Amino acid sequence: MILSDEERAMLDGGSGPARRKAMELLVRYAEALGAERFVETNNVAGVPGASSPYLNNYYKQHGGSYDAIFSLFDLDSDEIVEVPKMNVHSCHLQGGIDPENWQTLGAKPEHLKISQDSEQAAASHDIKILKTCTPYLAGLVPGKGEHCAWMESSAVVYCNSVLGARTNTEGRESTSAAMLTGRIPDWGFHRDDFRFGSHHIDVQVPVESVMDWGMLGYFAGATVGERIPVLTGRYGKPDLVRHKHFGAAAASSGGVELYHVVGVTPEAATREQAFGPKRPVAEIVYGPAERRGVYETLNANGRDADVDYVMLGCPHAALDQIQEICRLLDGKKISDKCRLWVFTSRTVRTIADQKGYSKIIRDAGGHLITDTCSAIGQALPPETKVAALDSAKQVHYLPAIMGIQAWFGSTADCINTALTGRWAGRAP
Amino acid sequence: MSDRAITLRGRRVVGGVAEGEALVTRDTISGWGGVNPMTGTIIETRHELRGVSFRDKVLVFPGAKGSSGWSAVFHFSRLAGMAPKAMLFNEMTTKIALGAVVMRCPSVTDFDQDPLAVIETGDWVRVDADAGVVEVLKKAAARKVS
Repeated sequence: MILSDEERAMLDGGSGPARRKAMELLVRYAEALGAERFVETNNVAGVPGASSPYLNNYYKQHGGSYDAIFSLFDLDSDEIVEVPKMNVHSCHLQGGIDPENWQTLGAKPEHLKISQDSEQAAASHDIKILKTCTPYLAGLVPGKGEHCAWMESSAVVYCNSVLGARTNTEGRESTSAAMLTGRIPDWGFHRDDFRFGSHHIDVQVPVESVMDWGMLGYFAGATVGERIPVLTGRYGKPDLVRHKHFGAAAASSGGVELYHVVGVTPEAATREQAFGPKRPVAEIVYGPAERRGVYETLNANGRDADVDYVMLGCPHAALDQIQEICRLLDGKKISDKCRLWVFTSRTVRTIADQKGYSKIIRDAGGHLITDTCSAIGQALPPETKVAALDSAKQVHYLPAIMGIQAWFGSTADCINTALTGRWAGRAP
Repeated sequence: MSDRAITLRGRRVVGGVAEGEALVTRDTISGWGGVNPMTGTIIETRHELRGVSFRDKVLVFPGAKGSSGWSAVFHFSRLAGMAPKAMLFNEMTTKIALGAVVMRCPSVTDFDQDPLAVIETGDWVRVDADAGVVEVLKKAAARKVS
């Protein structure tokens, strides 16, 4: 690898043992990728040093301390080093427990303490505690072309596709190392030639609602896998929420980290710009049969129409979506057979509190919860057997992780289900 | 085993030498939400290996997909003693590169022939990741030897 003087100094220990361990890990990682150099980054989002009951117990002989977990797990070091404050703009993404709603989530007090202690330690290392999978809704908005190192596949695809910034799907270990060093391998989406489209998807059915965009995203990911879809056809101008649901779905059914919507996204003013010098490896149609197929796939885990749990806010709800949920609740109470949990970021909940939305959801019998979601926190209301979800991403993960049934539909389908306890979604 | 073995050559991702029984899938593998690291088992709904453990196997697959938790989940599988012995794959991504590094799992990619076409579940596979050499003893032959 070609290292700058500063990188060489970090690797040689001139910037302290933690930065040395971080550089060692980044060099191993870059060599695995086949990268020849690093890029500098000042925008890192991960889960640095986050503890959990498992990690706390695994590193018990080291007191489960922040330095121990950060050294041994995050930096994959064989020795514990003292972790200094981060000198790169660093954010903590989603966690496991909302400290205000931990009892609703069914968390044990000792697990809350583990989570709170590691949050405090992260904050004392100058890491911003955003606790969300949607950092771009909490003030972390990089500029076009900016090199970032982000975790969270739904945030990564938003960062690349909608903002035109540059990040690979980084992991916990690489982001923690980048927070200390300001470096990440110059590979993949940091490079111009990697960002051109691979597959053309001709959208032949109208794609308008958030649900439509979620289904199209799920189709795109399943069809192109880890490659880069370029969309043309019958869609309007997707807003932030539509992008959020499209990208999250495409990053779940496949590994999409960048997509181009011709006429919409920043590197796709035209189809020619989106593909650059490349020719599409496949021409794909998204028509009525494909749309029906996606809907059936997303509802393949639904059998019983009695629904006991409605989960919204995957990825974390934007303020517009919370406002929409309040409008749909319309002053009614949810069924006593059903629970409603809506997940969002602390930033958005603060505004939701001020706007009175949190109270509307609470008065209806629901909960507005931050930090986590049912999949990340592995938390369901007691005795949940059947869930209703408006997120293709959550449908992809939750039944597999928690062993429950799940229905997929629109936000309105889900709120109607919460009010009646019966699934009433229909194929579009 | 080398005189009857099929040899594949590729590029070292993570160095080391390991051998074991192959577990082959044509489906990409999701880390977080796709495997249970505490049992080393694939849990993804509709995955062809759902319910199958990769512990101590030479895992042969197209590559990684899904959540950015890929590396951390496979890192957990190493802590839990449930990691594969080696990994052979076709599609390089940041998820799989970082995952292989923190699993400290001998891994090879960029092969001269498609490992998914050559290797079948149950074949005995020897991986010299430092040299980028993979030797495959087919299942039938492996049985005769044992």
